[in-house]
Amino acid sequence: MKILVAIKRVIDYNVQIRVKEDNSGVVTDNVKMSTNPPDDNAIEEAVKIKETGKAKEIVAVSVGEEKAQETVRKALAVGADRGILVKVDGIVEPLAVSKILQKIVEKEKPDLVFMGKQAIDDDCNQTGQMLAALLNWPQATFASKILVKEKSLEVTREIDEGLETIEVNMPAIVTCDLRLNEPRYASLPNIMKAKKKPIEQFNASDLGVDTKSRIEQIKVEEPPKRKAGIKVASVEELVQKLKNEAKVI
Amino acid sequence: MSVLLIAEHNNKEVKPFTLNAISAASQINEDVNVLVIGSNSDEVAKSIAQVPNVKKVIHVNNSIYENYLAENYTSVITKLSENYSHIVCSANTFGKNLMPRVAALLDVSQVSDITKVISTDTFQRPIYAGNAFATVKSNDKIKCVTIRPTSFDPAPTSGGSAEIQNSDAGEATEIAKFIKKEEIKSDRPELGTARVVVSGGRGMQSGENFKLISAVADKLNAAIGASRAAVDAGYITNDHQVGQTGKVVVPDLYIAVGISGAIQHLAGMKESKVIVAINKDGEAPIFSVADYGLEADLFDALPKFLEELNKLNTIQK
Repeated sequence: MKILVAIKRVIDYNVQIRVKEDNSGVVTDNVKMSTNPPDDNAIEEAVKIKETGKAKEIVAVSVGEEKAQETVRKALAVGADRGILVKVDGIVEPLAVSKILQKIVEKEKPDLVFMGKQAIDDDCNQTGQMLAALLNWPQATFASKILVKEKSLEVTREIDEGLETIEVNMPAIVTCDLRLNEPRYASLPNIMKAKKKPIEQFNASDLGVDTKSRIEQIKVEEPPKRKAGIKVASVEELVQKLKNEAKVI
Repeated sequence: MSVLLIAEHNNKEVKPFTLNAISAASQINEDVNVLVIGSNSDEVAKSIAQVPNVKKVIHVNNSIYENYLAENYTSVITKLSENYSHIVCSANTFGKNLMPRVAALLDVSQVSDITKVISTDTFQRPIYAGNAFATVKSNDKIKCVTIRPTSFDPAPTSGGSAEIQNSDAGEATEIAKFIKKEEIKSDRPELGTARVVVSGGRGMQSGENFKLISAVADKLNAAIGASRAAVDAGYITNDHQVGQTGKVVVPDLYIAVGISGAIQHLAGMKESKVIVAINKDGEAPIFSVADYGLEADLFDALPKFLEELNKLNTIQK
């Protein structure tokens, strides 16, 4: 079995982002970048499946700027066998990413595609579902538990009301929730070994995918600031304020 | 220019967030049609027909829709789509799962989780865990949009009498199968719509200690929330998680207990009207968004808080 894992390079989750003064976007120059957190869960799960002997090969693929190569390299250090980078500059919408991934899937013919449930920058939560639609594959979104069977997967999904279990035939798309597993760290020897693993590069145009935006980003603004609050000295004062000042209890 | 809204329901009743999505849909265009795909779901169709903002209900009633699977829903929606300028649903796990599959089949880019309708093609949506708001204009012929339910008031549930039109089922999928659902039942108000939410974080130290939270929540008729740390540590089930990857809540009162206030948690609660933070770390980021902060050990403060609440004879419900 072959697993393709799609990963994205995003601003690190700990960074307090800044909106550009001209409202054209968010400052990304000289800002710490990392792998999108739920994508780390996706790689981890693929590696775990490989460790059980059920998967033979893991291919990590990223769509993005040249520097996304570092993100692919990190996936290789954690256990992916080889990488693919599809180079595109600027913001690429999930629809375009899913079309690029469709081309890669058609070339690579994996049995499973794993990715995070959403990227923490655009917060779209779309790419996996879109790719599933384009391939006419089943989708198991927001996965928190995966059981690999002979020709299918049993996946527990995180839903609003609790948990749901579905079975999807392979090939399938799985989008991973943060609760799926605990991603491992890459060890130094593995980071060194990862430097020798191959990363194939393409341009989106080589694949014949039009990446032009369908959605125009008119402006990006900071959210309204909350008025500074106060600290209260005691529980009594807190209750009194909530009752008489805020009038919420 | 009509809007097709996909209803979320359990074959018996419509889920509350569908009503919020209906409000948003009628801001896009007044001709709101609601699609109910279900099995023995007549009651759902009838109740939605009574929502005054709804002009028509399209009902697809077939046993293949007993359980919701995106793979089954999509063929019905794409078939109906040509009559519509917009296809919308709520941005909860139901809509997030479904809509992108529809959008890709129609070859359109989806606008996720909108918080404001600016015009028929322009919307506002949060990005970077709500640390920025993007105004975006969709240039696609059909606009696929999901709606952040807490940003719109629910539509009224009576006074309307929309026509109910039956429509054909699509093909049943073979590729995916529903197995089971483990719903967590609770007598408390639903987290997404509660007027008051009391949330616990890592500072609670154990699941057992959450009873301190539930005692306060019972008193205030509040829903119980949690940070990701509390859920991951197994103190409480995942459906309580508030934040970027959990639920977004906008209650009148949000009480964060033992929660540091990481960016990802704030994304889910910082629009709350009044925020209270109880934390022993005075430097915790939660204090920067709290209207009222109490720097104290939660194990002292929570019982005392309950005691003080018990002294009040009038608590708003």
